[in-house]
Amino acid sequence: MSSIAVPTAREPNFLATVLAVVRRHVLTVYSFLFFAYLLLPIAVVMIFSFNNPTGKFNYTWQGFTWDNWRYWDGVPGIRSAIFLSLEIAVVASVIATALGTMIALALVRYGFRGRATTNILIFLPLSTPEIVLGASLLTLFLNLSFVTFGFWTILIAHIMFCISFAVVTVKARLVGFDRHLEEAAMDLGANEWTTFRKVTLPLTAPAILAALLLCFAISIDDFVVTYFNSGSEVTFPLFVWGAARIGAPAQVNVIGTAIFVVALAAMLVNVVFQRRREVRA
Amino acid sequence: MSFFHRHRGLTPYLLLGPGIAWLAVFFVVPLGFLAYQSLQSGNFDIGYAFTWSWGNYWHAIRDYHAQFVRSLEYAGLATVLALVISYPVAYWIAFRGGRWKNLLLLFIVAPFFVTYLIRTLAWETILSDNGFVVNTLQSLHVLGSSGRLLATSTAVVTGITYNFLPFMALPLYVSLEQIDGSLIEAAEDLYASKLHAFLRVTLPLSLPGVVAGTLLTFIPAAGDFINAQLLGAPENHMIGNVIQSKFLELTDYPAAASMSFILMAGILVAVAIYARIVGTEQLTGTAT
Repeated sequence: MSSIAVPTAREPNFLATVLAVVRRHVLTVYSFLFFAYLLLPIAVVMIFSFNNPTGKFNYTWQGFTWDNWRYWDGVPGIRSAIFLSLEIAVVASVIATALGTMIALALVRYGFRGRATTNILIFLPLSTPEIVLGASLLTLFLNLSFVTFGFWTILIAHIMFCISFAVVTVKARLVGFDRHLEEAAMDLGANEWTTFRKVTLPLTAPAILAALLLCFAISIDDFVVTYFNSGSEVTFPLFVWGAARIGAPAQVNVIGTAIFVVALAAMLVNVVFQRRREVRA
Repeated sequence: MSFFHRHRGLTPYLLLGPGIAWLAVFFVVPLGFLAYQSLQSGNFDIGYAFTWSWGNYWHAIRDYHAQFVRSLEYAGLATVLALVISYPVAYWIAFRGGRWKNLLLLFIVAPFFVTYLIRTLAWETILSDNGFVVNTLQSLHVLGSSGRLLATSTAVVTGITYNFLPFMALPLYVSLEQIDGSLIEAAEDLYASKLHAFLRVTLPLSLPGVVAGTLLTFIPAAGDFINAQLLGAPENHMIGNVIQSKFLELTDYPAAASMSFILMAGILVAVAIYARIVGTEQLTGTAT
């Protein structure tokens, strides 16, 4: 009797267990699929940097080669485009982070007339489509007859759209900042400038560095605003755009992969540091 | 007394000065110039003159309403897709991520480390006519034997969704991560089912993230022209494509300028409607 009863009693139980396991892990399985989707194009970029295309188009896999990596600057114009992008990204991120840090300090530390307006002015560029940012700056420059498009117009544009990102990044850190540390320094006889240099700056340094990296990444990746204000200068994204019309060479994938690996390494170091700090805290 | 002490009231303005001046001259003033340009008439050869030419706006809507509507449509669709796709993952990282949270977040932003144009070109490769996606869909008869993905609206929306996904996932994660787990436990202790607890507790508490993610995705998506250019056919072109070509190829500045303002107005209207639906407090809550 029990031999009949047991399987009928067990089967729904077993099914329920399976269902429970699936249900418990369905989110995990979905998340892994999500990450596969997210990383698929990156894998494609990397794989096709080793492709040996026969024609102009680097769309289908033809065979493995190291040549694209060995001759990474083997396409006319790619080298100068990369260096221009790097140059602009370095200068723009340094200036934008300096200006943004000062604004963040003023916003967090001081009560003053015009705070609300300042906050709105910081928020607006972040919520304006890039094409409008690029187009309006282009109209300004077109109406000023002494402006020639090129390095300086690109630099001005990049600093403009980086400032808000720098402010937001540094502000987030300053808000959670213990002001007693500064008061202690002042009580011990340090003046305002010394306190800033010895206490405020070291403590906000991680945020400033984060802002610097963010601005650098945004600047080096920017296409739309640059496209409107570059004149005949060619940054790396503009080079890719031009090349895409006639079939982008595999070297584009090489540079894309290189940028990805460097950025990822920088972020991984950051994650490790953060974790260490958390462990210590 | 130091300079700073005597002029304490001045310090914030000295700090603000350079940055605000930069934004004023290169962001606010250009918008004024854009408005000025949008009301001019003439052409590139004879020059433009300011004539309060409101007709530019009327002509832009008459000739390009299809592109305007398409921009809002594609951007809206991509935003909804991004929300649906990334919410479960943001939830998973926030509640089950444990010590791997930071690493998983790094994966979420990984696409940003590949140049925007290059990752869009990668989608061109993935969706290309002889690619495995098209081949698979053809063998499953989802797609006809001559069917294609590239140069369709599907491809454009796929590209936009992918490119702006991190903008959706990150704010979602931030708002989910802040939820106090004991609130959900309390709901379950009070005999709410898992689904009920999610709908009545978790979802409402994550609404600020939904709103922030939606705006961060929708606004740049509506102005995008790269995806439509690289993945779409001319009949998939968005208003960004028109503005871009009017400005840089046809040098029809007044038309392009007026379209830029119509685009912004369209975005504002869409955001306002959205605000009415989700509630204004949520919107201003994320803005500050």
